[in-house]
Amino acid sequence: MTDQHDVTQKSIRIKIRGLTKAFGKKVVLNGLDLDVHEGESLVVIGGSGTGKSVLLKCVLGLLKPDSGSIQINGQEIVGLNGNTMENVRRKFGMLFQYAALFDSLTIWENVAFGLMQAHGMPKDEAYKIAIEKLSQVGLGERFATKNPAELSSGMKKRVGLARAIATSPDTLFFDEPTTGLDPVMGDVIDRLIVQSVQELGATGLTITHDMDSAKRISDRIAMLYDGKIAWVGPTADIETTDNPYVHQFINGLLEGPIKISLTNSDRAAV
Amino acid sequence: MPFLQPLGHLILSFFEIVGRLSIFASKAVSHCFRPPFYPRLILKQMIEVGYYSLPVVGLTAIFTGMVLALQSYTGFARFSAESAIPNVVIVSITRELGPVLAGLMVAGRVGAAMAAEIGTMRVTEQIDALYTLATNPFKYLIAPRVIAGVLTLPVLVLVADTIGVFGGYLVSIHKLGFNPATYLKNTIDFMEYLDVVSGLVKAAAFGFIITLMGCYHGFNSKGGAQGVGSATTNAVVSASILILTFNYIITELFFSR
Repeated sequence: MTDQHDVTQKSIRIKIRGLTKAFGKKVVLNGLDLDVHEGESLVVIGGSGTGKSVLLKCVLGLLKPDSGSIQINGQEIVGLNGNTMENVRRKFGMLFQYAALFDSLTIWENVAFGLMQAHGMPKDEAYKIAIEKLSQVGLGERFATKNPAELSSGMKKRVGLARAIATSPDTLFFDEPTTGLDPVMGDVIDRLIVQSVQELGATGLTITHDMDSAKRISDRIAMLYDGKIAWVGPTADIETTDNPYVHQFINGLLEGPIKISLTNSDRAAV
Repeated sequence: MPFLQPLGHLILSFFEIVGRLSIFASKAVSHCFRPPFYPRLILKQMIEVGYYSLPVVGLTAIFTGMVLALQSYTGFARFSAESAIPNVVIVSITRELGPVLAGLMVAGRVGAAMAAEIGTMRVTEQIDALYTLATNPFKYLIAPRVIAGVLTLPVLVLVADTIGVFGGYLVSIHKLGFNPATYLKNTIDFMEYLDVVSGLVKAAAFGFIITLMGCYHGFNSKGGAQGVGSATTNAVVSASILILTFNYIITELFFSR
């Protein structure tokens, strides 16, 4: 994707400092710091329940952090709500883990939703763009009038991706983009993600625990553990780093600094 | 005194629910009056709440009117007061039975459906998707349903009143031997403007309660299919209880001397 050496020279699109979020006594994010540079694709990896989704939801403004700062393009978004937050989100595109397509709408209406509702585009114009975006993710016009229930998981992900890029956002978020897909379809979705991010010139923030997917779509990888970023660096370095957390995680080892209880008694669902 | 602890928890959780519900209701109402509005969604919900509820409400109303006439006759015949049947039917139907029965039937049909639909949207991240698409779910999902409930229930109750009175008329004429013209004249003479208006005010309040409960429980559902199931049950139970509670309160406001 982006040239590795260019990435850190660019301005910071998402700047996270001291982000803390707890649910009851369970501290999920504990003073997390992270920068996502303009035009780069950063993937956050980490085990289940380490707070990847919580991090993403905090950046999207779906969860309110307990403390800390999140700046998007220099604008502080913690504490924003109403129209101001909606204006920030107009520049976002998001692909959900299970696509989260609206059941009550057809495929093209799903793709054109942001264009019509948030950008006030007329129906005819939005339809044309929706068809164009669907073809960009490999789905023809014949899918336009189908309902989401008629599609397979892979197709739903494609429609979700088309919806995410329909408004030409400057920041794209991906939540476990390959979860529930076979390896071939996972590869297809990854390629579409890379292609879409590059065509838009957008900044990408992805969370996943699929290492193959992470390597395919990232310029840099950050590893989340114990509520903080345990390691961050260029994708090429992940295999060679001597960071014990990364080493244990990418090799799937039971021995190492990451402690996983074999009983459920001391693990809280996040 | 260890028994005070669970009691305290119970009281605190009650006030917590009341607080959450009040905030949700105030947000829902405020979004009903602030643009953007979604007239197509409001119309769709009006058809869902009103038109598709007509058969069930109509059937409930006609049988209630018929039973009312029949039971009144059994009681009134002992005092030779059979002529009061049209009066009893019109007052009972317009003041109480029309709005309450229509409200309960709609709570079962529409309240449950709303909780299930919005609850499914919650657990499948569709509501989060609305936020990320810069669309406020209160405006897009909640406000159209609340507006539709408040506007449609009075119309539905008006239909239920008419059908209920007609049910009483059918039994009185064909089974109890009333003269049709006299029955109708008595009905019209005894019908009061305030009876009908109080019923329609109740209907609007019940429409608000049903849609609010359906949306509130659906919006706050958690934990997959089981959570959606609980939300649906809670929506119907809480709406039914609130309908009966507010029925008394509104009756007290209108008719207490």
